[in-house]
Amino acid sequence: MLKLSNVTMEFGALRSISELDLTVNEGEIVSVIGPNGAGKTTLFNVITGIYTPTSGSVDLEGKSLVGLDPARVNHAGVARTFQNVRLFLNMSVIENVMSATYGHTRAGLFASALALPKSRKEEKAVRAKAEELLSFFGSRLTGYRWDQPAYSLSYANRRRLEIARALATEPKLLLLDEPAAGMNPKETQEITQVVERLRAEKGLTILIIEHDMHVVEGVSDRVVALDHGVKIAEGNFDHVATHPDVVEAYLGRGAADRK
Amino acid sequence: MSENQVPEEIQESAATEAAKLGIGTDEWVAQHEERIARKKGIKGLPQLINESIPAWARWGVLLLISFAFGAFVDNQYLLRIGVNLGLFVMLSYGLNIVMGYAGLLDLGYVAFYGIGAYGYALMSSEQIGHHWSTWLTVLIIIIGTALLGYIVSLPSRRLFGDYLAIVTLFFGQVFVQLVLASDNITFPWAEDYVDITAGANGIPGIDPFSFFGHKFLNIRDYYWLLLVLVALLTIAISRVNRTRIGRAWRTIREDALAAESMGVMVNRLKTMAFVTGAAIAGLAGAIFAAMQTAVFVSGFDMPLMTMIYAAVILGGSGSLAGAVMGAIVMSVLPEVLRVTNYSEILFLAVLVLTLAAVGKSVKRFTINIVGIALIGFLVKILLGAASIKTTPTKEWVVGPVSRALSHWMYVPLDRVLWGNCAFVILIVLIAYFTTTTPRIKSILLPVIGYLGIFLWEVRLVTDVNTTRQLLIGAMLVVLMITRPQGFLGKARVEVL
Repeated sequence: MLKLSNVTMEFGALRSISELDLTVNEGEIVSVIGPNGAGKTTLFNVITGIYTPTSGSVDLEGKSLVGLDPARVNHAGVARTFQNVRLFLNMSVIENVMSATYGHTRAGLFASALALPKSRKEEKAVRAKAEELLSFFGSRLTGYRWDQPAYSLSYANRRRLEIARALATEPKLLLLDEPAAGMNPKETQEITQVVERLRAEKGLTILIIEHDMHVVEGVSDRVVALDHGVKIAEGNFDHVATHPDVVEAYLGRGAADRK
Repeated sequence: MSENQVPEEIQESAATEAAKLGIGTDEWVAQHEERIARKKGIKGLPQLINESIPAWARWGVLLLISFAFGAFVDNQYLLRIGVNLGLFVMLSYGLNIVMGYAGLLDLGYVAFYGIGAYGYALMSSEQIGHHWSTWLTVLIIIIGTALLGYIVSLPSRRLFGDYLAIVTLFFGQVFVQLVLASDNITFPWAEDYVDITAGANGIPGIDPFSFFGHKFLNIRDYYWLLLVLVALLTIAISRVNRTRIGRAWRTIREDALAAESMGVMVNRLKTMAFVTGAAIAGLAGAIFAAMQTAVFVSGFDMPLMTMIYAAVILGGSGSLAGAVMGAIVMSVLPEVLRVTNYSEILFLAVLVLTLAAVGKSVKRFTINIVGIALIGFLVKILLGAASIKTTPTKEWVVGPVSRALSHWMYVPLDRVLWGNCAFVILIVLIAYFTTTTPRIKSILLPVIGYLGIFLWEVRLVTDVNTTRQLLIGAMLVVLMITRPQGFLGKARVEVL
């Protein structure tokens, strides 16, 4: 589904991603791991069009994403969450989700201003869809919370809301940037289940950046390890976790030798 | 349940309180912050108004009052104030879209108003000699200002905040300079120069509006036109704000990158905001020109821009009701303040409100008021004992308030000199006040209050134009300190 070949991303003299090949097949859950500064979030930014790669190609279902702006990449079927949760804090919870349906709704300025039947119908559908998506997380984001401002949510709920918002864009591929960061063990376990359910119930293909190895082990079909922008290992979790280069990247050369 | 157990009785009281409000415990907890944030007393008043009166009632009452005003008021001067208010509301609405919703700091906004006015003037006067139909002219103006709005929106694709503000400010100034300079243009193919805009002289003799053979000769005609327009705009804009486009505008204000990643076409929406705002301002400009029958470029410069911004910020950026309220304050208040009687009363009201806001408790407030009164009597007695000459009462009293104050206030013979001295001392004291300890503050406050009244009565009250500006400025400062989100605005959380 997603195919990166030979992607390089340079910022002046800094080479953040170096000749990276990465394939994500349909229905797969792939984890990207690596120490801080390995280029994981840069990889997400390249895929979503925030950065244009210096060289190489990024294809989604055979269509190139290179050079598209983030909104168009999203319309092509890629949605993401952010490492440092970027919600629309001063908008209500449900508005956060409703606003993400922009790409596949049509009502224009005049249709909304005149409240044409077409626009009303669409608005109703958008609202219903947002309510349905928020109920994906059980009772946590439903009922009275709909109309509360997003800033009133707890950290874990903000992360959940961000996922719901990403789902509202009707993606085929979902990029999750450290979904379990800052969560307690119970919430982390829940996130693992959520990722599984996203695939099972929504039929999504998922690329996930995560530092928590329990989550990585729990959800991944395949794990890709990056260090300094270079892919150092790829395979199932056990293979990558015990790979000497990966151990070295995380713990240093001494640790790798001792093993 | 978490590890740190909450005592059972507290849990229980929370549950009963929640039950009383008819909500679950969970919701009660969720609203906890909000309850704490709710302010008491005078500071809580705007919030109380916001929450206790439903929107339709507020708008309904406003519409009724406006309707009655148009139907029963016959005074030309009052009607003109009403028309100006209508224009001001339109301008505030337009700016509210650009700045309040989309979050784009457009400092050249007033130029669209000027372009609308000049556009109408050029197409409906002897200046160039065109007298086109109102329908056509207005249509051209709306489309023309919308197109210009599109051009001005182009830099906003790459610029944010202050940078965009500078570029748009430049645009506003370009308009003013162009109009000033376009009275004397020589084309290479013509011998003589061409006068397009008449420069600083302005364009007189503009045709009034004329629809279906009905000429708008009475100011009331414009009042009705504006009332209908504002009502329609209110409905249209609030609908847009609630639905797809409005939501998308607000996501840009909140986080443009996140919005773009969620499929919102950020650039297109920024343009749409600029274009809509510009078209509204252009239409308002055309109405203004037709109503005034003369336009001068000085009326479309920074002073008006600051007034529109003040209106939007004062009322609460992002709120239509707030924009109306801000427009009322910024367009009606200056007229009210032309009358010294009113400005005196308002000054004292502002002073008392300031003391109430700064004092925080009833006790403090009383101490301050008594303190000011004591200082006044003390000064009068001391200087009276020293038999220093004063200005005769009848020479400086301008209204009932100053007459009442004359029994208390000492007014020196040389009012200009002492007034100026008081002014300098007052500014120094206020500057010192902001940085000093609470103890000194509480001593300083009555002194500042007394000096303020003294300065006002001795020097400012007769100088109407200065006092108007000062009073409005003081009110804005007080409001921004006590309620930074504006009167009807919602407090915004940036990062949490």
